[in-house]
Amino acid sequence: MSEEPGVPGSGDWGDEGFPSWYARVTGVGTSVGQSLIVPALALLTALIVGGVIIALTDVDTLSVWGEDPWEAFKLTIAGIFDAYKALFVGSLGSPRAISETLFTATPLILAGLAVAVGFQAGLFNIGVNGQMHIGGMAALWVAFTFSLPTLVHIPFAILAAIIGGAIWGGIAGLLKARTGAHEVITTIMLNFIALFLVDYLLKTSLFQQPNRNDPISQAANATARFPTLFGDYRLNIGFIVALLAVGVAWWLMYRSTLGFEFRAVGFNPSGGRYAGMSVAWIYVSVMAVSGAFAGIAGSNQVLGLEPYRGISNFAGNIGFDAIALALLGRSNPVGVLFAGLLFGALRAGGREMQGAAGIPIDLVLVLQALVIVLIAAPELVRSIYHIKTPEQELETTISTGWGG
Amino acid sequence: MTAVATPPEADVKTRATPEERRATVVGVVLILLGVFVFWAFGLGVESGATSTFNLSLPGERFQGLFVEVNSQWLSFAVAAILAFLGGWVLRRSHVHWTNLALAIGLGLLALAFLTWAAAGGQFNLVGMLRSTVVLAVPVILGGLSGLMCERVAVINIAIEGQLLTSAFVGTIVGSAFGIWVGLVAAMLTGALLGAVLAVLAIRFRIDQIIAGVVINIFALGLTSFLARRVLAEAQDLNAPGRFTAFKIPILGDIPIVGPMFFDHNIFVYATFALVIVLHFGLFYTRWGLRSRSVGEHPEAADTVGINVYRTRYRNVILGGVIAGFGGAFLTLAQVSRFEENLTAGIGFIGLAAMIFGRWMPLGVLGAGLVFGFARALQQKLGVLGTPIPSEFLSMTPYIVTIIVVAGVVGRARPPAADGQPYIKD
Repeated sequence: MSEEPGVPGSGDWGDEGFPSWYARVTGVGTSVGQSLIVPALALLTALIVGGVIIALTDVDTLSVWGEDPWEAFKLTIAGIFDAYKALFVGSLGSPRAISETLFTATPLILAGLAVAVGFQAGLFNIGVNGQMHIGGMAALWVAFTFSLPTLVHIPFAILAAIIGGAIWGGIAGLLKARTGAHEVITTIMLNFIALFLVDYLLKTSLFQQPNRNDPISQAANATARFPTLFGDYRLNIGFIVALLAVGVAWWLMYRSTLGFEFRAVGFNPSGGRYAGMSVAWIYVSVMAVSGAFAGIAGSNQVLGLEPYRGISNFAGNIGFDAIALALLGRSNPVGVLFAGLLFGALRAGGREMQGAAGIPIDLVLVLQALVIVLIAAPELVRSIYHIKTPEQELETTISTGWGG
Repeated sequence: MTAVATPPEADVKTRATPEERRATVVGVVLILLGVFVFWAFGLGVESGATSTFNLSLPGERFQGLFVEVNSQWLSFAVAAILAFLGGWVLRRSHVHWTNLALAIGLGLLALAFLTWAAAGGQFNLVGMLRSTVVLAVPVILGGLSGLMCERVAVINIAIEGQLLTSAFVGTIVGSAFGIWVGLVAAMLTGALLGAVLAVLAIRFRIDQIIAGVVINIFALGLTSFLARRVLAEAQDLNAPGRFTAFKIPILGDIPIVGPMFFDHNIFVYATFALVIVLHFGLFYTRWGLRSRSVGEHPEAADTVGINVYRTRYRNVILGGVIAGFGGAFLTLAQVSRFEENLTAGIGFIGLAAMIFGRWMPLGVLGAGLVFGFARALQQKLGVLGTPIPSEFLSMTPYIVTIIVVAGVVGRARPPAADGQPYIKD
């Protein structure tokens, strides 16, 4: 390791000269309090705005305002209270609710790790959705084609998902390394290609359930389905896999040579090149590793929940939630774990909110968007709450234009 | 040529320019396509079969225009022309014909495909070309919206969210106050979301990709939330009516061209007009020169007294207005009803069209028509009963975009400062 300016020394990651976005997404160079206060206030603000949205869209109560404002006010507050109470009860209120939270958090954590690994290396992987689809399909194929003991079958299926996701992610990395094509464009496009590829595959004899005409796959063999941990609660070993993945990601990023190279290139590509690293190879491996985590998330969507089959767009919106997660968790695997638990709780609670209080679960998407924007623009949070700006002015610029 | 005898062959070969390399790739691809057409479409039909193309639409002035061709001979002819075009661009001296050859080649490929698909039957060609134009409209508008932003170096991947939200607002306001008010409201919504993107990207200097992703998530969440919570209760707010077609006199009666281009609603005419206006605006006016300079080299633009921030705000908001117009097209002209996630990726096809169109208005028009053709073809495939899975046609825009950004068939170059926030000293 040379001591040239801009090239990180092996032991010294001092915050001088850090690009500010890097500190934002990795938390490097910020104190614990500093790194918690903005996310906490962001969440609080999002919940307040969510409350306002609930109030404004309460069609029945809105008509009461003209007649009896005090009554309408009480109804509105009660409506918001009911909604958030349902959100809490549905996420933490009972053992089953906690199981639902952890169960919902599982794919979010895995997908969040995928985005976080990319961020650490300065790459923006928007393609988690596509990588989940390809990985999930690979796992599914293994799951219904082979008959093996569970102890072998599940690792085998997950391995297939890792390979599938890594290949799909690796394509974007390879395109960036070889041609300079920006990973944001290629991963967006690969998402759609994967989406249609899955739709096509689900109608081929390779995957399709016999005697069906719609795009639906054969069911995974019982030996490949993730067994539940507590009887009929939905929480299953997918969560354990996610915890292991957090550990692996942490070790990879902070203890392995490859992870060091990832971060070095993310910190400064020319610096990495100067220090003798093959930046092209690192782009490919970052995207492959990122895609591998996404692939595991995909396997969870077909082997970890009903109907244990592949259906159209089985990855849903998780790939995009993952971006929020990685930002919230500051691209730190442990941070992603907690962010995933939080979003899992919001989702699980959101289902209860929809059932019990009649608030469509899509509100959670709005909350999520608000959380991301407030975290990405801490200046906004600070100006709302009149918090002093820390010495280093923070801003997020992760991507540097399409030209790469 | 001087007397210095350089072995010309070897010397030239080592110095293939990017254009020449590209011409080589295109030439080989064209020849391979020729072989493919010969094998798949030519040998793939019965030798006596004919394909009949109907060139008129029901309700048009001229009826009964049919063209009947021998399916196999047409495919053989197309294969021969493709091979000839391929060989043509492979010659060093014909490098600058590459684009034209590629365009002609792809057009012929589509013709051979349709002939093959319609072999032994009848196919309404004009009907398909007409729906190509209609389906291209939201894609072109999305692409132009992105272009307005990226020409001043603000990446807009929020096109999808802008289309969706303005389609939603257009529906509600259109149902309540009439379609013209709905149209205005949709455009204002687009402007508002454009302004949000601008503030996040320019004032707060958030990473522009994140800002775009956020707006998309927000738009999907909010419109789905409101659709379920409000529209589900008040059904009459989800029936705005629609802009009907307005046939241009004389021009609309021309066979083939009339139904394709001159018998549409105002959105279609406005889209074509907008392409032309933006082309001239961008390349022949002061506004265009200033916008482009802000996108290419903001420091230099600032030095000569152009207000970089104001230019960026203005263009990003105008881009939002264009997206809002596209959103209005979806619910006030095409389907006249809002549904959750109604756009289903059209905004991203628009983004693809902008890249494929190389950040040029006329390029976006061409790309939009190509993608519109793919979508129209995909809708017709079921009718034709061909063995080609429609999913592969759905993939076309995305695959084409990857090929373009990877520089396999010519390199698309974005504005130099694209995506970078500008910090005034």
